[in-house]
Amino acid sequence: MKQHCKLVRGLAAGVVLAAASMGAALAADPIKVGLLEDISGDLALIGKPKLNGSLLAVEEINKAGGILGRKIELIHLDPQGDNARYQEFARRLISKDKVDVLIGGITSASREAVRPIIDRTDIPYFYTNQYEGGVCDANMISNGAIPEQQFSTLIPYMVETFGKKVYVIAADYNFGQLSAEWNRTILKKLGGTVVGEEFIPLGVSQFAQTIQNIQKAKPDWILTINVGAAQDSFFEQAAAAKLNLPMGSSIKIMLGFEHKRFAPPALNRMHAAANWFEEIDTPEANDFKKRWHAKFPNETYINDMGYNAYTALYMYKQMVEAAKSTKLADLRKFIATGNACIEAPEGKICIDPKSQHTSHRMRLIAVDDKHQVKVIKDYGTIQPYWLGEIGCDLTKHNDKKQYSPTDLPKKKT
Amino acid sequence: MFAEIFSILYQFADVFAFLILSAAGLAIIFGMMGVINMAHGELIMCGAYVTVGLVHGGFPLPLAQLCGTLSAGLIGVVIEVALVRKLYKRPLDSLLATWGLSLVVTQGMLIIFGSSLAGIGTPEGSFSVGPYSFSTYRLVLFGGSIAALAVIYVIFMRTRFGIHARATMQNAAIAQALGVKVGNIYALSFGIGAALAGFCGALYAPTMTLIPTMGATFIVESFVTVVVGGANVLLGTAPAGVLLAAVRTLLNATQGQIVGQIGMLLAVIVIIRLLPEGISGLIARRSR
Repeated sequence: MKQHCKLVRGLAAGVVLAAASMGAALAADPIKVGLLEDISGDLALIGKPKLNGSLLAVEEINKAGGILGRKIELIHLDPQGDNARYQEFARRLISKDKVDVLIGGITSASREAVRPIIDRTDIPYFYTNQYEGGVCDANMISNGAIPEQQFSTLIPYMVETFGKKVYVIAADYNFGQLSAEWNRTILKKLGGTVVGEEFIPLGVSQFAQTIQNIQKAKPDWILTINVGAAQDSFFEQAAAAKLNLPMGSSIKIMLGFEHKRFAPPALNRMHAAANWFEEIDTPEANDFKKRWHAKFPNETYINDMGYNAYTALYMYKQMVEAAKSTKLADLRKFIATGNACIEAPEGKICIDPKSQHTSHRMRLIAVDDKHQVKVIKDYGTIQPYWLGEIGCDLTKHNDKKQYSPTDLPKKKT
Repeated sequence: MFAEIFSILYQFADVFAFLILSAAGLAIIFGMMGVINMAHGELIMCGAYVTVGLVHGGFPLPLAQLCGTLSAGLIGVVIEVALVRKLYKRPLDSLLATWGLSLVVTQGMLIIFGSSLAGIGTPEGSFSVGPYSFSTYRLVLFGGSIAALAVIYVIFMRTRFGIHARATMQNAAIAQALGVKVGNIYALSFGIGAALAGFCGALYAPTMTLIPTMGATFIVESFVTVVVGGANVLLGTAPAGVLLAAVRTLLNATQGQIVGQIGMLLAVIVIIRLLPEGISGLIARRSR
């Protein structure tokens, strides 16, 4: 009898010890962050700062104790700009590495390639680029600038300052097509006209005919939403032909730092609306830049994608610590309270509960003939209001769809 | 009226120059020697990078472009001796080997020189015809394409080396039996083809973004021009350039760049279907 009791007590003690040690091991488990960023291939020059931004954030957060006492383990895979590889690597990070959160993607095409895969899981996905807006998806948190922050500021300014006739040069894929749609919608309200619209296949680098078409159409300014290194050759060729028209864009200067890559005056008279550009001169921005350059002394330019990649990890940290969990459902409950905010180097930014997009401090910048960047206008903080206005409400229903000005949600009767 | 006609001719010259300059080097290496050189784009990139690097170092542009051309040529000779020479009877293996080389070079350049080089700005100014203003340098590009064709003609038709080279391409064994140093011929021909690729890169360097994968922008046009042209560089590549440039210019002007590119590639498909040996095959048959 006594021996049997001893055995039972021994077993019970063993189980308790095992449970305690397991608990201790779980508490020290790292939080796995899956990163899909191009650092080779055609997009390498804008993808490298994104990886660097994530590396800097991970180093800072881990040094300060991690998230809920757990260190961040960054698992980075390089899809080389190939959308099929984006899908393959997304699946691998989700099922093999079992990441807690997925961050990454540059082109809108790559985002749309991985979004259906992530929608079948319950992990969050941070898309950290500015884009054409409209994605109403509970798995996705966007912290890049969107049309109501970039186009609704830039286009009225350009029309007011330079005139109502616009020529559009856009890359021929979903981002270019949808951004051109946004431009047409906003211009119509302002009484402007699109005097010409050209969609250029990716990889085309010769623009003599385009330049001639522009001169024939005589616009007041050009909306340049061309994408990729080959299409960027437009600026050099237009400058050589002395086109010299004002230009506006949502993706030049702060994204691709063309003013550092091309000899002046190729980017003269370029205007953009940005939440981040390296030339911001505030104490927080300068401190951030100092830390970045200390870790990456050879960085040509801290672009807005790299900055967004950095702030995305801090936003994730804030949400996980407030919700005390990494599960998507718990994070979304916290976002719905409207308190998912951080003090970023641009200013205070918050995640909007209805759309899961981020508010941003928007500034209008212009480049002169010596490629210096000047701030022309400060719009303050602009909320990502458009999706909420048209009926996307992720606190009530998950549409899993991307909307645009001509593709609005059906009114629910 | 005159402005419109001039502008059409200018656009045609621009597209023609791009096709011919991309294709000239490949026409020799692929057209004459039968080597499918997947590293052609990287030879173009080499010419561009050397040119830009030297200009940043203080060289005047024409000298830098000459150095870019010559350095690509030298690298071509090294590639031929070290890699391609063993693979003449094995076209698929030479494709694989040169493709591997292309990957090594682009990633190597990315690691060593970073993801982009600062540009150097297009030289020469601009001129106006009617309501249009044109870049003068693009006429230099057209001149360069004519020069490339002239150089190929002079070297391969009017020099002793040219006769030896054409003999070697036709039948290497007999040529060797007659005393031609076949190994040197191969190396020099490959080098000339590589130098022409470097020339393309050197000429286009001031007008384009400089990234390690910039060769990819030229690859499609170079291969389709060579294939449509056929085996004979002079009888084939130039007419192919004229034909494809005409199609592309017309479609670009009336329907935009998307239709222009699709239309040109459709024209390639049609021509290859009707003339499997390319334009030079048609001319060769006619002349019999």
